[in-house]
Amino acid sequence: MKKQDGLQGSLDLLVLTMLSRRPKLHGYALMMAIKEASGEVLTAEEGSLYPALHRMEEAGWIRAEWVVKESGKRARMYQLTAAGKKQLATEETRWKTVSSAINRVLREA
Amino acid sequence: MSLWSRVWNVFRGDRLNRELNEEFESHLEEAIAAGRNPEEVRRSFGSLLRQREASRNVRMSGWLDGLRADVVFGWRQLRRNRVTSAAAVLSLALAMGACVSAFRLIDALLWRPLPVTTPERLFAISRAELTFDGKPQNFDGWAYPDFALMREAAKGGAELVAVSYADHMDLTYASDEEMEKGLVQYVSGCMWESFGLHPTLGRLFTQQDDKVPGTHPVAVVSYDYWSRRFGRDPKVIGRTFRLGDQLFEIVGVGPKSFTGTEPGTVTEIFLPTMMNRWVTRDDATWHRTLAILSPGTEIEALRAKLDAINMGFERARARGFTGMPQQSIDNYLHQRVELLAASSGVSGLQGEYHQALGWLGVLVVLVLLIACVNVANLMTALAAARAREMALRVSIGAGRWRLVQMVLVESAMLAGLAGALGAVMAWRAAPLVLNMISSPDIPARLILPADWRVLSFGVVLTFGVMMLFGLVPALRASTVRPVSALKGGDDLHRRRRMMFGMIAAQVAFCFLVVFTAGLFVTTFERLARLPVGFSPQGLLLLESIAPHGKLPEAWSQVADVLRAKPGVDRVAESGWPLMASSWNDSVAINGGPPSVDMVYFLTVSPGWFETMRMRMMAGREFLSSDVFPGAAVVNQTFVKRFFPGVNPVGRYFERAGDDGTRVKCKVVGIVADAPYRSVREAQLPVAFVPLREVDAKGVVQPEHNTTFLVRLAGNDPKALKARAGELRKAVAAASAGMRVSNVRTQQELIDGQTVRERLLAMLGVFFAVVALLLAGIGLYGVLNYSVLQRRKEIGIRVAVGARGGSIARLVTGGVFSMVAVGVVAGVGLGLATARYMESLFFQVKPSDVSMLVAPSAVILAVAVVATVPGVLRALRIDPVEILRAE
Repeated sequence: MKKQDGLQGSLDLLVLTMLSRRPKLHGYALMMAIKEASGEVLTAEEGSLYPALHRMEEAGWIRAEWVVKESGKRARMYQLTAAGKKQLATEETRWKTVSSAINRVLREA
Repeated sequence: MSLWSRVWNVFRGDRLNRELNEEFESHLEEAIAAGRNPEEVRRSFGSLLRQREASRNVRMSGWLDGLRADVVFGWRQLRRNRVTSAAAVLSLALAMGACVSAFRLIDALLWRPLPVTTPERLFAISRAELTFDGKPQNFDGWAYPDFALMREAAKGGAELVAVSYADHMDLTYASDEEMEKGLVQYVSGCMWESFGLHPTLGRLFTQQDDKVPGTHPVAVVSYDYWSRRFGRDPKVIGRTFRLGDQLFEIVGVGPKSFTGTEPGTVTEIFLPTMMNRWVTRDDATWHRTLAILSPGTEIEALRAKLDAINMGFERARARGFTGMPQQSIDNYLHQRVELLAASSGVSGLQGEYHQALGWLGVLVVLVLLIACVNVANLMTALAAARAREMALRVSIGAGRWRLVQMVLVESAMLAGLAGALGAVMAWRAAPLVLNMISSPDIPARLILPADWRVLSFGVVLTFGVMMLFGLVPALRASTVRPVSALKGGDDLHRRRRMMFGMIAAQVAFCFLVVFTAGLFVTTFERLARLPVGFSPQGLLLLESIAPHGKLPEAWSQVADVLRAKPGVDRVAESGWPLMASSWNDSVAINGGPPSVDMVYFLTVSPGWFETMRMRMMAGREFLSSDVFPGAAVVNQTFVKRFFPGVNPVGRYFERAGDDGTRVKCKVVGIVADAPYRSVREAQLPVAFVPLREVDAKGVVQPEHNTTFLVRLAGNDPKALKARAGELRKAVAAASAGMRVSNVRTQQELIDGQTVRERLLAMLGVFFAVVALLLAGIGLYGVLNYSVLQRRKEIGIRVAVGARGGSIARLVTGGVFSMVAVGVVAGVGLGLATARYMESLFFQVKPSDVSMLVAPSAVILAVAVVATVPGVLRALRIDPVEILRAE
């Protein structure tokens, strides 16, 4: 799963951003949304997405509920909480700081 | 996720798994629908199982999961050592049950606030004073006129409430033949409102019902009485009953929570103070006074104000004491009003038992400590056996706190089991003890609810006990050093030292318990063996009343009827039985001044001394021609005090009333000393006078109360009481308007005076036995453990030729020096604490050598017995076997 190294730490940011744009997404839809929004560059693999979702749920940033799909099966839908919104702002700031730092490093080289 | 859902997660692991599974399935479905290769999706999930674990770990709180594992593991441990665990749980349960029982009793009697609106502002007003003959006492009885003055003066600062001493009175709801007893209390009309109480049914009487003496025949019955006597019949309102010559109407039922202001008695009928016949008398002190302080009232200022009012009242009263020596009046006027916090009410039972119960509580705590030491030693020994397991856990990465938690969980399970068992015991034991205090005449009734107070005490106790015996072994277990432990054995000496120290403490506590129990038992024995000066065996007392009065002839006719009954040996009459009541006055000799010392009187019929089997020292018994005033029989103490060195028979003394009246009596006989009101006080000067009383004009007076003293053949107390019903009927049949209101035996009256001592002796012995048993088990366990630990050493010693004697010395030396240390410490502690218990002892000196030697000997004997199995085990060690094992 080396592919995800570049995403480490930023998966939370991506998930929170997606959920802030479109409330109530299930895991698969989230994965697709990330893929689509990044122009198919970034892929969140199932193996890291679900533990991250459960971890964020535990932290109280997102909330989950069961919804019955058309197929009759249940799906777990996630949405942002107030704490999640705050966390999103924090993560955004952090990302901007880090990315601008990396950019500076790259320019100087 | 809330804390609750985390806790929930721990216990529903399966369901969680299913939910995770469902979520993955749903994902898979979407992916396949979008055209992805199912195999690829599964791969990217990684191992489904691992996924599940990763997700689940997040969702389940790790700590709680560990705790659950510890509980399961701990339970397995306890079951593996089934016998030791059961012993530990049982001994702890016994001690904890005793603790909770003691708490229930002490709380109900002394601590629990009355169910009134502001119990913290409730005070009892009493007096620190001197008796007429100069003995200090604290007295809380008041005369109503004095109370009325104080209530007026206290207005604004406090509301004063009069509450009479609860009294068993004869009353009837129908005819005189169906008389019954009711526990009656006269209370101020304003009490109900001041206490913020509301009726269950009907109304509670008010200040308006308590204004003019004798004109408010209303009654409120307690909820308890309403339930027991009337089966909660709502038609009870409006019913009437007769008490004395008054007809009362029940107007209401009191609140369920309120059982009166005297813990230990549950009042049945409340009447307004104005209906008490003593309400206008300034020489009868018949009620307590409670004060409900207004917020912001200075206690000392109020006290000083009441003190001044009371002194004014008493000085005015003392001006009427014309026939009394100045010394007696000065003594009488030496009084100081005191306000004592009474948030939990005031009662005689409190005064009599607060100290006794307090010390029983101490004994119970000592027993608990002994039990805790036992279990702590047990846990230490178990921990030693598990040192390797602990070491293994540490070396595979268990944290220090994880180990502490593990051992503490085991302790908590032991303590929890013991607590539950103890609760069952406490539930039964507290009422049992109450029963022991109770006597048929003064039934002690305490409300013993199992409410949050008791529950929280139990929880705190369980937790405290767990910490007491669990924390040290837990911390010790956590410091295990894997390398040395896995190599086999370390710090065994340290561990054994600690266990030995515990033994010393245990022996010291045990000594204290046995020592105190010994003092209580000796006290009771000395009291029970006191000579009473008469023969109580076979004496039945029929306390009888004639509401309209009967002449002495009528009473003696009934006595004749009783005399004719089969099995009746002798019958006599007296005003009341010895040790049941008291009447005192001053006397004057040869027209001199009235005495400061009081003389105690009792009216008796001819033949009374013979029936009592009291020894006449000189002179004669009363004849039927003797009257009062006129003749008297005095006891030896009377002679010593008033006629020293002369023969008093034929001489005169005068009874001097406090109004200056004097009546003359000629001494016709001297009788041997016998206790007049209490077996434990010094003999009092007593003058017996004839039951037949005449007034100044020589007219014979009717009597309202008389006790028939019936001596029956045979000694069986049960057979004695069995005759009660028959004799009771005989009295009623022999004379219309005469009835037996109470039947007792003289022995009951005597025993009633040593109830507290008997209780202390019985419970003391019980706790002493428990303490000895626990200490014995503890010693046995420690010695056994130490023999096991040292078997290599012993084996080597045997191999190089040590004899049995030296092995026994080697094994027991340490233990016995610890026992010695414990006994010495116990003696010191015992002597230091016994001083504070002195008021509970009778003719017993704690520092007596015998009092100290006996418990030491008992403990030593127990120690010897307890160490025998360990020593035998040491002696049986086979060196060959041990060395081969090495």
